[in-house]
Amino acid sequence: MTPTSSSNIVEIRGLTRRFGGLVANRDVTMDIRHGEILGLIGPNGAGKSTLFNQIAGAFPPSSGEIRFEGREISRLPGTQRCLLGIARTFQVPRSFDSMTVVENVMVGSFVRHSAARAARAAAWQTLDYVGMADRGESPAGELTPPEKRRLEMARALATQPRILLLDEVLTGLTPSEAQQGVELVRRVRDSGVTVVMVEHVMEIVMPLVDRAVVLHLGQVLAEGPPKDVVRQDSVITAYLGERHRAA
Amino acid sequence: MSDATATLAVTAAPTPSSKDDGARRRQVLILVAVCAVIALLLFAVTDVYLQNVLILTLMYAALSQSWNILGGYCGQISLGHALYFGVGAYTTSYLFAGYGILPWFGLVLGGVLSALLALVLGYFCFRLKGHYFAIATLVIAEIGLLLVHNSDTLGGALGIQWPFAADGWATMQFARNKLPYIYLALALFVVTWVATYVIEGSRWGFWWRAIKDDSQAAESLGVEVFRSKMAAAGVSAFFTAVGGAFYAAFVAYIDPDSVMSFRFSLLFCLPAVLGGIGTLWGPAVGALILIPVTELTRSYLGGSGSGLDLIIYGGLIMIVALARPEGVLSLFGGAGKGSAR
Repeated sequence: MTPTSSSNIVEIRGLTRRFGGLVANRDVTMDIRHGEILGLIGPNGAGKSTLFNQIAGAFPPSSGEIRFEGREISRLPGTQRCLLGIARTFQVPRSFDSMTVVENVMVGSFVRHSAARAARAAAWQTLDYVGMADRGESPAGELTPPEKRRLEMARALATQPRILLLDEVLTGLTPSEAQQGVELVRRVRDSGVTVVMVEHVMEIVMPLVDRAVVLHLGQVLAEGPPKDVVRQDSVITAYLGERHRAA
Repeated sequence: MSDATATLAVTAAPTPSSKDDGARRRQVLILVAVCAVIALLLFAVTDVYLQNVLILTLMYAALSQSWNILGGYCGQISLGHALYFGVGAYTTSYLFAGYGILPWFGLVLGGVLSALLALVLGYFCFRLKGHYFAIATLVIAEIGLLLVHNSDTLGGALGIQWPFAADGWATMQFARNKLPYIYLALALFVVTWVATYVIEGSRWGFWWRAIKDDSQAAESLGVEVFRSKMAAAGVSAFFTAVGGAFYAAFVAYIDPDSVMSFRFSLLFCLPAVLGGIGTLWGPAVGALILIPVTELTRSYLGGSGSGLDLIIYGGLIMIVALARPEGVLSLFGGAGKGSAR
């Protein structure tokens, strides 16, 4: 094993994904480090979600590879990746609406507990952790959109992931809800879980993330500490267009 | 009020699973009560015709429960369960009529064969989603019907007549007294109910419901989607075939159309839809409404072959779909709780 792979939880090498004639990711090479909060940002259509979905296992890359803790996983189905410790949320919440909130979370905790009693206890713990224990018995279909986002996180956390992939969990929240979300994400990171966040609203993620990777037109445009990244000319151009560069 | 909710939250927190255990225990109590009512009915109902209706109601409750495992919990709508019913009925009849092998053995073997068949078919069909899956099951069941029609070994269109045997539990033949068939049908219902109940509370049950709601999200949470569907299909087919074996013993004469026609596939699916799809009691409630109504109209209006019963089903389903899409059971609030959608 090379020295780099010990500090990186995920290594992406030469990843390309085509949809018909469209190249959504072109030769993406990047690392995700153990224990960091990584922001995956970029304007709409930059290929963030495509990259995210390939790490999560929704579809395989056209070429290139993804290594998780040194192991090549780019052809593994999502189920297997979940067992390895990769968990995700969905941009549009996909709660199991015929179940209660705690039952939703149990689906996640059943990955680590085969007995229903243990899975249920773990699910309640997770709900407590994300601050939703009071909603545990509610039907998931009755949750508000921000609550559904939180449930997505609870469900993903219940699988006891090594890395948590969050797809726009902080978008569309009120400032106080977003603040709660930010605190939760920090707590998750502090517990030792690596976090990757896709967001296109920079103001929310920049103060939170340890490192940012900017995608543009399917390629990595810039990466580094958020403060440095937002000052780069190429990033400003990608977001705002050529004319605003001087301003 | 706020005090009450506060204490509730506090007391609920340390033992969150106790509430769920209570709800599940209540379901078992309901089953015991239902069995007690049926036991009382055994004394009250001495009319052979009404006994017949009771047997069919229990049988369809069991068969619809079997269908519900795959269609209701796992969300894979099958319109071809008549195939598995036929496998059970034919395995039992063929072995008993041809080789004198007792129907109890045929019942188990038919169930196993049927489950294996479901796994083979599932291997191909579970690549299809939604309506395409339903259509595939319908077509496959029709192919099965045609194959049996043209099979000389299985008696072709003439079917298989069970040999006359003395009344007894070994041969499952009771020509003079219908009462044992009520016991058998009740046992069939209780067994399928208990199987569903156990699975509902287990990891499989959760996986199935997760797949029904959103299979992509389920996959991301480590659910083995394909394997779960296969398991549901196998269990569902097994119990459907056991029901088929019972029916063959009950009528003692089967032909392709009397056990494998599309009508049966509908009759397994409709009670669950009517009563409450994907719930523990939905199939039983649906069968309790549907089967007596059909049998009574058939006898009073002499509708043999006229399809009037099917018109009634259609009407009932339309009413339910318009007024209570969750099924009749949802009228009773908490009764179906735990899995009511």
